[in-house]
Amino acid sequence: MKKVLSDTSEWSIDLINRYDREIARIAGNFKLDTYANQFEIISSEQMMDAYSSVGMPVGYNHWTYGKQFIDTERRYKRGQMGLAYEIVINSDPCIAYLMEENTMTMQALVIAHAAYGHNSFFKGNYLFRAWTTADAIIDYLLFAKKYITDCESRYGVEEVEALLDSCHALMNHGVDRYKRPQKLSNTEEQLRQKEREEYLQSQVNDLWRTLPTIDAVKKLTAEVRYPAEPQENLLYFIEKNAPLMEPWQREIVRIVRKIAQYFYPQRQTQVMNEGWATFWHYTILNQMYDEGLVTDGFMIEFLQSHTNVTAQPAYNSPYYSGINPYTLGFSMMTDLRRICEDPTKEDKQWFPDIAGGDWVKVLDFAMRNFKDESFIAQYLSPKLIRDLKLFAILDDDQNSNYEITAIHDDSGYKYIRQAMVSQYNLGKREPNIQVYNVNHRGDRSLTLRYTQDDRRPLNENTEEVLKHFTRLWGFTVRIETQYADGKFELTHECPVNRHQ
Amino acid sequence: MSQIIDRRLSGKHKSVVNRQRFIRRFREQIKKSVSDAVSQRSITDMDKGEEINIPTKDTSEPVFGHGPGGRREMIQPGNTDFVAGDKVPRPPGGGEGSGEGNASNTGEGSDEFVFQISRKEFLEFFFEDLELPDLVKTQLKKIADFKMIRAGYTSAGVPSNINVVRSLRGALARRIALRAPYTTEMRELEKQREELLLIHVESYPEIMEIDDRISVLKKKIKSIPFIDTFDLRYNNRRKEPIPSTQAVMFCIMDVSGSMNEERKDIAKRFFILLYLFLTRTYENIEVVFIRHHTTAKEVDEDEFFYSRETGGTVVSSALELMHEIIAKRYPTSQWNIYAAQASDGDNWEGDSPTCGEILQQKILPLVQYYAYVEITAYEHQSLWREYENVKEAFPNFAIQDIAGLTSIYPVFRELFSKQIS
Repeated sequence: MKKVLSDTSEWSIDLINRYDREIARIAGNFKLDTYANQFEIISSEQMMDAYSSVGMPVGYNHWTYGKQFIDTERRYKRGQMGLAYEIVINSDPCIAYLMEENTMTMQALVIAHAAYGHNSFFKGNYLFRAWTTADAIIDYLLFAKKYITDCESRYGVEEVEALLDSCHALMNHGVDRYKRPQKLSNTEEQLRQKEREEYLQSQVNDLWRTLPTIDAVKKLTAEVRYPAEPQENLLYFIEKNAPLMEPWQREIVRIVRKIAQYFYPQRQTQVMNEGWATFWHYTILNQMYDEGLVTDGFMIEFLQSHTNVTAQPAYNSPYYSGINPYTLGFSMMTDLRRICEDPTKEDKQWFPDIAGGDWVKVLDFAMRNFKDESFIAQYLSPKLIRDLKLFAILDDDQNSNYEITAIHDDSGYKYIRQAMVSQYNLGKREPNIQVYNVNHRGDRSLTLRYTQDDRRPLNENTEEVLKHFTRLWGFTVRIETQYADGKFELTHECPVNRHQ
Repeated sequence: MSQIIDRRLSGKHKSVVNRQRFIRRFREQIKKSVSDAVSQRSITDMDKGEEINIPTKDTSEPVFGHGPGGRREMIQPGNTDFVAGDKVPRPPGGGEGSGEGNASNTGEGSDEFVFQISRKEFLEFFFEDLELPDLVKTQLKKIADFKMIRAGYTSAGVPSNINVVRSLRGALARRIALRAPYTTEMRELEKQREELLLIHVESYPEIMEIDDRISVLKKKIKSIPFIDTFDLRYNNRRKEPIPSTQAVMFCIMDVSGSMNEERKDIAKRFFILLYLFLTRTYENIEVVFIRHHTTAKEVDEDEFFYSRETGGTVVSSALELMHEIIAKRYPTSQWNIYAAQASDGDNWEGDSPTCGEILQQKILPLVQYYAYVEITAYEHQSLWREYENVKEAFPNFAIQDIAGLTSIYPVFRELFSKQIS
């Protein structure tokens, strides 16, 4: 029997070190592979700072972060919300914040959750591996901050702010879904940025150059659309093709786009990421308890917090605000372990290849190779559907009633699983809007095409976003909506206003 | 191996710039809130922050998204008694169907974005319309001066405040106290030793034993530290506001029917400025409100600004009343007296000379400063002409006509130039 590490709620640097050593040992036994950890001990005010800049340790200045800060501060002071006790940054070394107000139990929970849970997810999951470069992100953020500050002093805060506003409006549509971004560090980025500026400008000029052409060629090319294929990355298209943009403006569009890209995997793996981290803090701390390293009091405090995080109110509860990703993720991870360790007949039928397998390996495989939608498609089990009492409800504006399309019974499992998958499909959650055509021989107006899905219209913000798009593009921008039957019509248009 | 960095002491106010950006961006809305607050607050209550409300739709940032309508299917947890195929009536106004999985976590259903601005920011916005010079603004925003006075000693503090004498005295006392049991014992042992020496030689076992014991005690005495952390005493200093004298401020306003809300608002801002200025100079300020039409009356602030009367105007009644109040309650030996009068310039023709007389003989010799503002767009009348005469004779008398908010300040220029020098 080992000696307990501590029996008060006070923490100290030395204690954190000792807990971390034990947690690292246990995590190692479970074959968690992580980046090196860096714990930063901060005050609650600093946590609010970190919170309002989405956890980025360095960020450029913008009023929207000020707004978030003011809001966080107000709600915290009024006691409407506790601060998130953990923020972890996908970087190498992986930075996790420990708040000084936390008790030792909470520090241990944060260490297990963030520094070993999230950390190993960042390092292992294929999306993070493909889309983010953990060793370069801090450098890049530094570069971005400095660049934007320079622009502010050269072109004025207001000018830069207006540009950033417009970029933020299109941020969700500023990601590549298929191409792989290149690895770059700060110095390389600076070097490359200069070259890019010059090169880009020359390219753009080329695009708009009026060449004397013979009529026949003219006729031929008049029907060619530009871009030849629709482009889904709106910010990328603007960066490369907006006719009137200054080089520095293109660079800022690029910065926003890069940051959007960096956060894109997080948006795609919320359930898995939180589920994975929650599963591991639960498993690791329980292991510590079994080894006699922590006291009963520690466990009670930990479990109380853990239960709060993973609570799932029912759809008709006043506290209900959608499916809790922590609950869903944690339950699925736990369920996977159960299927391996203690499979039922049903499990063997649904998951023949993993039932009765080695749970550490199965979980590791799941963590590495899926994102939310595919993870759910692969592993949401009938038992969990029953446990959570999931049901599907259809809201069709052509019917006067909602319809319950499936519930947690034999005939419904597959249906619910499928509906759940599309609920977590980012491509379905966000409207599919792509650059369709640029009138590059006439008024340079740009046409976006919104491909409608399930007859869902765009929301009332569309006009506003379009204004931002027009500001970036510099000429008229319009949206055509394409319906399921292939027909399309002009639904939104924003003419350019030169005096804006 | 994990690395631990203690960042608590570094980089606290990272979000300050972003906060300022936010405030700058929503300056118009905030200004409106401040101006509403000014009209609702009491004059003596200007010196604090304010809660600002901005409609959420103004602060939200638009992004492309789906609107209501079309066909949507959602998975919900916690089914109780639905079975497949059930029809559920659509709740009025969206209701539960609004969750989209990525439901915003900022909403909380409130329509207003609410936050607090500090006293400094509040005053900044308040001053904005008044076109005050920067020097004056800083004067007004400054918190009252403090001086540090000695207030005994504390057992905690910074090294530079260590009081050497006190600390060493404490150390000495502690050493004596801790040594006491050992020295007593040693004295006794020495006495025994001497007695034994009379009979035995030094190598006698009992004497050797005593010697050993004595050397142990000596070592113990020696190991008592010369100075220990809890001996340390630090000079303690306390902040005390610099004592200053007291002042009384008279606000005199014409409330006859011709003073409309807008004029009263200008008058109020004028009074507020004077009050703020006085709070920088005086610790204790009393405000007396006198309103008048044909007769004058001392009232509280609410009645002063918000109740309305009609009738003619006899200014001298107010001046008489002011003089009475001074005589009764505010002896000049103890009080600095300031007065601010606001009017639209109407006065009963025959009364103006009387006003001049009362001012010159009874009031101006007693007061530090008397400011008269006339809020009118028309030609000046007899009262103004009378006051112009008074101004020649008394440097502590100022008159000014005010067309809008920006002309309030010149009245103060004189006052400040006097006080600053």
